[in-house]
Amino acid sequence: MAQVQLKAVSKSYIPGALIINNASITVNDGEFMVLVGPSGSGKSTLLRMIAGLETITTGDILIEGKVVNKLHPKDRDIAMVFQDYALYPHMSVYDNMAFSLKSKNVSSSIIKKRVLEAAEILDLTPLLMRKPKALSGGQRQRVALGRAIVRQPKVFLFDEPLSNLDAKLRTQMRLELKRLHAFLKATIIYVTHDQTEAMTLGDKITVLNHGVIQQMNTPLNIYNHPTNQFVASFLGSPQINFFDSTIISQNHHLYISNNAWEIDMPEKFRSNFNNLQSPTKVMIGVRPEDIFEFDDGALKRPQFCFNATVDVVETLGAEVLCSLKSDVGPIQMRISDKKQVVSYSANINKTKRLTFDLDQMLMFDPETGNNLFSTATPC
Amino acid sequence: MTHLTLNIRKKSLLYLLLLFGLLLTLFPFLWMISTSFKPENEIFQKTINLLPASFTFEHYLKLFKEINFGKHFINSLIVSLGITGFSVVINSMAAYAFAKIDFPQRNRLFLLLLITMMVPMQTTMIPSFYILKKMGLLNTFSGLIIPAGASVYGIFLIRQFMFSIPNSLIEAARIDGCSEWYIFWKIIIPLSRPILATITIFTFLSAWNEFLFPLIILREEAKYTLPLALATLNGQFNTDWGLLMAGSVVVIIPVIIVFLLVQKHYIKGLTAGSVKG
Repeated sequence: MAQVQLKAVSKSYIPGALIINNASITVNDGEFMVLVGPSGSGKSTLLRMIAGLETITTGDILIEGKVVNKLHPKDRDIAMVFQDYALYPHMSVYDNMAFSLKSKNVSSSIIKKRVLEAAEILDLTPLLMRKPKALSGGQRQRVALGRAIVRQPKVFLFDEPLSNLDAKLRTQMRLELKRLHAFLKATIIYVTHDQTEAMTLGDKITVLNHGVIQQMNTPLNIYNHPTNQFVASFLGSPQINFFDSTIISQNHHLYISNNAWEIDMPEKFRSNFNNLQSPTKVMIGVRPEDIFEFDDGALKRPQFCFNATVDVVETLGAEVLCSLKSDVGPIQMRISDKKQVVSYSANINKTKRLTFDLDQMLMFDPETGNNLFSTATPC
Repeated sequence: MTHLTLNIRKKSLLYLLLLFGLLLTLFPFLWMISTSFKPENEIFQKTINLLPASFTFEHYLKLFKEINFGKHFINSLIVSLGITGFSVVINSMAAYAFAKIDFPQRNRLFLLLLITMMVPMQTTMIPSFYILKKMGLLNTFSGLIIPAGASVYGIFLIRQFMFSIPNSLIEAARIDGCSEWYIFWKIIIPLSRPILATITIFTFLSAWNEFLFPLIILREEAKYTLPLALATLNGQFNTDWGLLMAGSVVVIIPVIIVFLLVQKHYIKGLTAGSVKG
């Protein structure tokens, strides 16, 4: 296995219009790196550049310390799993898995050994003589994985491999991929637009938007300390709530104020606003799970609350997703309390007193979108 | 009238029309076979008898004994198989390049190729004759096979089919370590079987039936292909219809065999791309 490095890599099809803009990423040996972003963010292009299927305009791509910019895909010692599996339809599962080794004139005994080993790992042994059309989506995906495994490459590249599967199978395959990574200890670069896949699979996540890397860190660090509003809104379902607010300094006291509440500036945010001269606009971000109903009787409770009317209730079984209307705009709230989950739909059109955990609050510059207090440790 | 009865009536009318069309097409074919087995005196009877009153093989025997039809049959087979094999390989290679390999001015070049379809064969006949003469290929089978090697129509059909082969298969094969040549033979050709079968039938049929070009190129009667040999049976003052019909039956047999062999793929080729795969 190997380390993959991208150094200031850019790509443009038309001069001046960058599809990938100055991307620098390091994927360490044996690491599972997920490239995540919305459609058109450039994640698949970046992966194809690593594979050698797209040329790069500027920068360097290094595999195991060696620049591979000009190398043909077959000489990069990588394996790729495609979104549509890309199985050869006229060949059996065995032949599909053996194809790359056959093209390299590897001896048939070694081919057989490697294919059978991979089939064993992926539970494909009974299916080896079948054609791809006789397989289910999940089985096809496993064959695509098997085809990559038999090559024993330095790096595995995955281009949205689970997006064609139904929800149940996707969850199952996600687990299998995780297990497989632990078993192979392989360097994997995985592209997805699905944040759940990104959060659950990756040792590290790189978030891309419009060809620019927004943040690269561990899943939890990215979730808890997003570098900007885009990252905060992209990861997390339902989406994070944003509230337009103003910071006001009055008699040496700092307040965060908006249509619905006025609260004391929490201690951890104060340092940045000590010399505040005039009211400053900020964007407050609060995750749905950090908003909850205000409880008068709670011993340790936030000292503020605001009103919101229950609009839509989505019961998911273990939790409830609730959309509310308030003076600060629509609010998404996640309720995991089992007692509330059962009958929460009875609250539609009722007004609730809400509050949120100030320690979990995020604060962004409304103009640049940057997190004003990003405390994520760089990785 | 119920919906069901209306439906049955509509269908009956349709089948009746189809049956009429079938008989109209089939009759000359059956008449040809029937005539080839009729003795001379029965051919010119006033009544139409589809089945001969007495069967005879005399026309077939005459065909192979007197005018060496067997030799012409083999000539036709060599030329037609040569043209078919050569053009399927050349056309599919060109189609692969136009469909799947990115090179500058690819689409313009293809458009230019399509424009040549509008040039009638008669205008290129004389230049082709001179070129073949300069190359010393007159009165040879190569002179018939080589010019027919590339057909724009074939390239166009195969190219359209190859567009339906996902690029990811080719990219996967490139990552798997295959050369373009290996990808072409091991991935593209097997997956293009339906359209290649269609092209095989089209090309074989047109090569088998070609009359004008062999007439220009071939000089010796011994090298004549079947359509040329068949034409010699048409006398200036009288025609031996029994012999001509026997010759026509023999000419049709290989075409039927080729069609039966590849018809499954042929149908697939004709309907390829019409529905989402």
